[in-house]
Order: sequence, then structure tokens, then C-alpha cells
Amino acid sequence: MKRIPVAGLLVTAMACALAQQKFGADGIAEYRKMLEDGNPSDLFEARGEELWKKKRGPKNASLEQCDLGKGPGVVKGAFVELPRYFADTKKVQDLESRLLTCMETLQGFDAAEIAKTPFGVGEQVSIEGLVAYVSAESRGSRFNLPQAHADEQKMYELGKRAFFYRAGPYDFSCASCHGEAGKRIRMQELPKLTSDPGDGVGFAAWPAYRLSSGEMWGMQRRLNDCYRQQRFPFPGYGSDVTIALGVYMGVNAKGAQSIAPAIKR
Amino acid sequence: MADPMRIRAQAADGKATVRVLMSHEMETGQRKDAAGNTIPAWHIQQVSARWNGATVMNAQWGPAVAKNPYLQFAVKGAKAGDKISITWLDNRGDNRTDEAVVS
Amino acid sequence: MQTRREILSGSASVAAMLAATGLLPRLAHAQNVPGYKASAFESKSIADAMAALGVAMPSESTDIRVTAPDIAENGAVVPVGAATSLAGVKSILILVEKNPNVLAAMFDVSDAVEADFSTRVKMGQSSNVFAVALMGDGRSLFAQKDVKVTLGGCGG
Repeated sequence: MKRIPVAGLLVTAMACALAQQKFGADGIAEYRKMLEDGNPSDLFEARGEELWKKKRGPKNASLEQCDLGKGPGVVKGAFVELPRYFADTKKVQDLESRLLTCMETLQGFDAAEIAKTPFGVGEQVSIEGLVAYVSAESRGSRFNLPQAHADEQKMYELGKRAFFYRAGPYDFSCASCHGEAGKRIRMQELPKLTSDPGDGVGFAAWPAYRLSSGEMWGMQRRLNDCYRQQRFPFPGYGSDVTIALGVYMGVNAKGAQSIAPAIKR
Repeated sequence: MADPMRIRAQAADGKATVRVLMSHEMETGQRKDAAGNTIPAWHIQQVSARWNGATVMNAQWGPAVAKNPYLQFAVKGAKAGDKISITWLDNRGDNRTDEAVVS
Repeated sequence: MQTRREILSGSASVAAMLAATGLLPRLAHAQNVPGYKASAFESKSIADAMAALGVAMPSESTDIRVTAPDIAENGAVVPVGAATSLAGVKSILILVEKNPNVLAAMFDVSDAVEADFSTRVKMGQSSNVFAVALMGDGRSLFAQKDVKVTLGGCGG
């Protein structure tokens, strides 16, 4: 009687076991799918809508006259056109810096104070709700950042240079992780951000609720953490370089569908 | 006062599927802060659901339920227009009740 | 029906009133909800949890369904479902074998709800996840699933 080698048996057994359980990309995809229904971002959206409409601050006013680029009070569709140039501030602004402008001019808050406030504290918590609400009002729309104004084009170029700028103790740039397709760190896929990485990916997936910390992260916080991971000094909140990176990624993502506020690891 | 829950209830096939998102830290009591002190446990301990005023579900939770908890269950016989209300109680004496209409 | 805004402003003013009278409970001192089965929720093993609840160790049954992902990207949030279509269920439990406290949740089943609950749990490490049904006739039945966790979810 022919005897089956033990080693061969073991290999077959292991192959069967592995086939029944999903690891790697399939397993992660199943995990993410199970969490799609019931995104805690909903809780932040509700808070944000409340904050948009509530009279607050020294001037006891709401944010309902805030111009996010499509006219005072127009929230629908505004998110997918940010960052963009604003005539009143003569600056290209992203969502967070524009919210600071409105919170200061309409409500009397001190924008510089909020910019210095650590994430998760004080008015930074209000910003979490507001970015969730504003981005939710553009969910499903496609990115279409304007590039007509000279400053918008300049910021794109600045963003590109910042993206490829290597520095810090490990000589990392954004491109080190996001400059090529098919890269990953452990189980996290790293989208290529020098061109459109697709619907709901990269720039199109933030703000997002991070399950690992149970926190709502806007793009400013996401970039802050990127710089931390690159061992760079933290960028100023709402600073030109962070806005420029938003312009670069956002213009590259033209046509991609926003799924914000999304859910992330 | 805690933030409101998001409750969705949909009727189909002779029952209403209820999906709830609650806003709560669900602190386990296992973590330590920067100074090395244990952060005290702070979590929802009891959840109950009412259908048109009558209690239909009671649950007890430990701290291992995730932060900003999600819950899904089904009420047999509930139909569009019925009211579902959910209440939670935590170990700090805080509570929250929210209601939704079955669609 | 009240709008969300009305509910919020109503509860906020009640809270403000209570805070002014000093009747709101102090945050520092935790107190269990009356009837909370604290010893069960502090149990360190499945056996201890069952003993604390005064029920028999469960036996495996194909009539119990546990739903969970094979691998969780982060242990802080792991979706778990526990269900059975058997009649006569009193309670449905979800337990995570390797958690510091194994009992995660306990649902009482009335005639008006299905014995089918989904929630999300924290898992400190890869572990077996158990769905247990406590039956009205005294039996306890379980199903289990091995869930791998890439990043433990109980820490900071």
C-alpha cells in the first residue's frame, strides 16, 4: 500500500485550513464591509449640523452665512471644490481654515487660538463635527477643485513640491509612501496620490472616523499625523503647506467620488 | 447630557430591523493615563428598547462593547409608523433616551 | 415628534437645572446600574462567567450562529453577531475568550424580538468569540469563531 508522506499531508491540511479562512486583502475587505452600515461619523454629522445652525461665540451668531466657496450658507457641493481661492481673505483655503475664518468673522471666535488648540480639545471638537457635516453634504459628488485663479495654480505647484520634499531623520517625503501604486505598510494599502487613486480613496476618503482611536479626523489632522509618522515637526494648523497639499491631492483626484465622512481603521 | 443616538428602524418581512448608533466613550477601566493612573471605567451598562411604549428588549453590557456602540436587532410584528425608543444607562448615572418612527 | 434640536435643547436645560441644584451625580464615583450583573461582567473566564450567571457550561450546537470577521483590522471595533432560530431562548450572550473580562454583552430575549443581535466589541488580542444562548429549559448552547486581530484594541 502506498503511504502518503506525512509532510505532504500537513501541506494539504494547512492549505485546506487557509482556504476556509480569509487573510490578507480579502479578510480586511470583509471586515470593512461588515462595518459599512453604522458609521459613527453619523454622530459627528449630527453634531456638526447642530453647530452650523446654533448661535454661538462672542457675537452670538450661527454659521449659516458662512461662504464655503459657493455663496453664503451654501453647504451642498462645497466640500468637493475645496481648497479654493477666496476673494475676501485673498487666500486659497481648505475646509478647516475656511471654517476658522467664518467662526472668527461671523461668531467672534479667535481663529489663531483655535489653530493652536490641540486636537480633541475645546473648539477643535466643534471642528470635528463641522467637517463631518460639511463633507456629508457632498457625499457621492465628484471632486472638481477650481484652478482658474493664479493663486490656486501656485498652490498646486507648492503642494507638488511639498509632496516630494524629503527631509527629517528618515529622509521621508509624502511620496515615500504615496508616490507609487501597490505599496502597503503591514495591512494598510497606501494609495498613490500623484494621480487619481479612484473613488473613495485617498483624498476622497477624508474626513473619516478612525475606529482605532474612536476619533473623527479631518484632513488637517490626517496631514498632521502623516508628518508625525515622517518624524517631521508638526505643520501649523491651516498653514499654507497643508492647504497646498490639499490642492495638489484634490486636483489630482478630479472626478473621484467623495465618500466622506468615511470610516477607517 | 450625552449626545443623541442615531436610530433607524425599517419594516420588512413582518418585522422592523432597528439599527442604533450611540455616542459613548465606553472606557474599559484598563487604560492608564500619561501619569500612570488608571482611567476609571465609564461605560453603558444597560440598554432597553420599547415598541409603542412596551418594553421589548433589555440588555446588559460590559466595557468590552466598542466605543460609540452600534446595535442591531429586530422587533417582530413592528410596522411602519410604530415608535421604537431606546434608552441607555451608564455607570456614572448618566442616561439617554431617543425615539424613532419605523419607516 | 420633537426635532433633534428640540430634544437637545430640552435635555440641555434640564441638565443645567439639575447641575445648578447639585442633584446631578458626581462623575468621580462610579455606581452600577441597579440589577447590573457585575460579577458576571468581571469574570475572567467563560467558566467563571457561566457560574456567575448561575447557568451550566454551554455545549456546542449547530443551532447557534456566531458572525464575526476572520480578521479584524483593529481590535478596537470588531463586529459580532449572535443568533439562533430555536424557540424558547431566554438570553443571548457574547463572550471574547481572551479579553480581560470575557463577557461583553447579554441580551434578554422577549417574544417580541428575534434572538438575533449584532454589536461591536473590543478585542485585546486574537481570540475565540462565543455566542451563547441560554434556553428557558435550563440548557446553554454555544457556537464559536476564531477572530484574528491585527492590532489589539484595548490600549490607548
